[in-house]
Amino acid sequence: MERFEKPVLIVKNLRKQFGHGCGECEALESDKLKKNYCPVCGTVYGCQDVSFEVYPGEILGVVGESGSGKSTMMKCLYFDENVTCGEAYINTYKNGESNVFEESSQQKRYIRNNLLGKVYQNPILGLKMDFSSIGNIAEKLIAAGSRRVGEMEERGRQLLEHVNIPVFRIKEEVKNFSGGMQQRVQIAKALSNNPPLLLLDEVTTGLDLSVQANVLDLIKEIQHELGISMIVVSHDLGVIRMLADRTIVMLNGRIIEQGLTDQILEDPQHPYTQQLVHSLL
Amino acid sequence: MMDLLRIENLSKSFTLHNLRKHISACENINILLKKGEFIGITGRSGSGKSTILKSIYRTNLPEWGDIWYNSERFGLINLARAKEREVIYLRKHEIGYVSQFLSVMPRTTSCQIVEQAVVEMGKDKEYAKEEAEKILKHFDLDRELWDSYPNTFSGGEKLRLNIARAMIKRPRLLLLDEPTASLDNTSKLRVRELIEQLKNEGTTMLGIFHDLKFMEGLCDKEFNMDKGIITN
Ligand SMILES: Nc1ncnc2c1ncn2[C@@H]1O[C@H](COP(=O)(O)OP(=O)(O)OP(=O)(O)O)[C@@H](O)[C@H]1O
Ligand SMILES: [Mg+2]
Ligand SMILES: [Zn+2]
Repeated sequence: MERFEKPVLIVKNLRKQFGHGCGECEALESDKLKKNYCPVCGTVYGCQDVSFEVYPGEILGVVGESGSGKSTMMKCLYFDENVTCGEAYINTYKNGESNVFEESSQQKRYIRNNLLGKVYQNPILGLKMDFSSIGNIAEKLIAAGSRRVGEMEERGRQLLEHVNIPVFRIKEEVKNFSGGMQQRVQIAKALSNNPPLLLLDEVTTGLDLSVQANVLDLIKEIQHELGISMIVVSHDLGVIRMLADRTIVMLNGRIIEQGLTDQILEDPQHPYTQQLVHSLL
Repeated sequence: MMDLLRIENLSKSFTLHNLRKHISACENINILLKKGEFIGITGRSGSGKSTILKSIYRTNLPEWGDIWYNSERFGLINLARAKEREVIYLRKHEIGYVSQFLSVMPRTTSCQIVEQAVVEMGKDKEYAKEEAEKILKHFDLDRELWDSYPNTFSGGEKLRLNIARAMIKRPRLLLLDEPTASLDNTSKLRVRELIEQLKNEGTTMLGIFHDLKFMEGLCDKEFNMDKGIITN
């Protein structure tokens, strides 16, 4: 059957290794690795052979234990790290025909500023703490080529209102804000350039439950209202169940299973996924 | 009459790795469902009824066999092998699933739940709200409940909300997963009335029931399951 929709993002065989590799570990089928680590040369394979697609308006969930490569994958997609090898195609960039991992660093900056948004678990990585929330948004807009102060301020206000930051606090330094508020500012900032794809890495981890609920509601609302595609990484299956249509399960840098979220939860195939799901119930 | 769904030799087993167990849930199931028909499946608990329904909806991954569904969007499509995104599309537009349990986003009112089902189909919010109110009225959910969170609803209220959410999409195929379980007799009779109403409106349904007494005279065909096989 002909494809009835075009992916927003296609990732093929993404690999990220830390270390040079050796004869023992370079063939990735090799059983020499201990989890993701080569005991001979000390190379860590953060991601190996990761392939998946993200479709318009969907939330793709990514779960897996600590160290399974979720953040490494997200960093590669946002160019925080260079991949060792692999391909990624963004539908709205050069017609989805150019492997963005092979673009120049200037082009990567363009993609990051204009086509992607990212929200980090640790707000320090995503925000300038001594800037105001509106200042943080302006920074992203300027990076995306915006020059009109009035327009930027208007857009910033709108977004901050959308994520429920009280208007009278938008000029305050974000370091004064609570964790939940900082996450909401990060989300507003990530949305400011209207990206077709949003990357969210453990954005609710460490927040207390009611704040977590509030941020999750916001994410769902953004999906409903703006139809932006998202990759949501979480080690919390509850978060994934609530947000994601489809889910990827990672272990030792590899995708071991992917499927409809309810299918992953009710009929998991891989022993590791079964263990993960059963520890939830 | 057009064949809407044709299940051919469906078998499904579960492998529980850490328990080293292999459980056969259903074997060699063949069911033909024509447009406008209502088929009822009964059987004791654990006999494999839900596995069939969940295989159609793809909450379970079918193992062997085919599930041919006549889709408006895709034409004839094998649900056992369809791509996940195709299944998501069908869930949004063509195939409804109703169980006794209500799985919804927390902190969402009943009216919003039904509205979202309409928005999912690409309709605008205002229209969704109008339609949602119409259908909640149609299925007789107390007006006071429209703006409350359903986690406190009674079984019967949850069910009516569930049916409203599924029916607002006017699904070509409606799967009913023991909708009457755990309801008292009065509520069961109301469900019967609901189903009768859906049937008169032309909805094609495949339903599993612990006990078909309540559905007597409604089903066009009945299957009985025992230990994973259809016995009649
Ligand atoms: N800069 C680095 N140098 C060496 N190894 C690294 C580096 N960054 C990540 N790794 C390794 O790559 C693997 C994947 O790490 P990653 O941070 O992606 O895991 P994760 O799935 O995000 O885990 P968590 O759930 O704990 O956030 C780990 O074994 C990690 O130690
Ligand atoms: Mg991480
Ligand atoms: Zn090595």
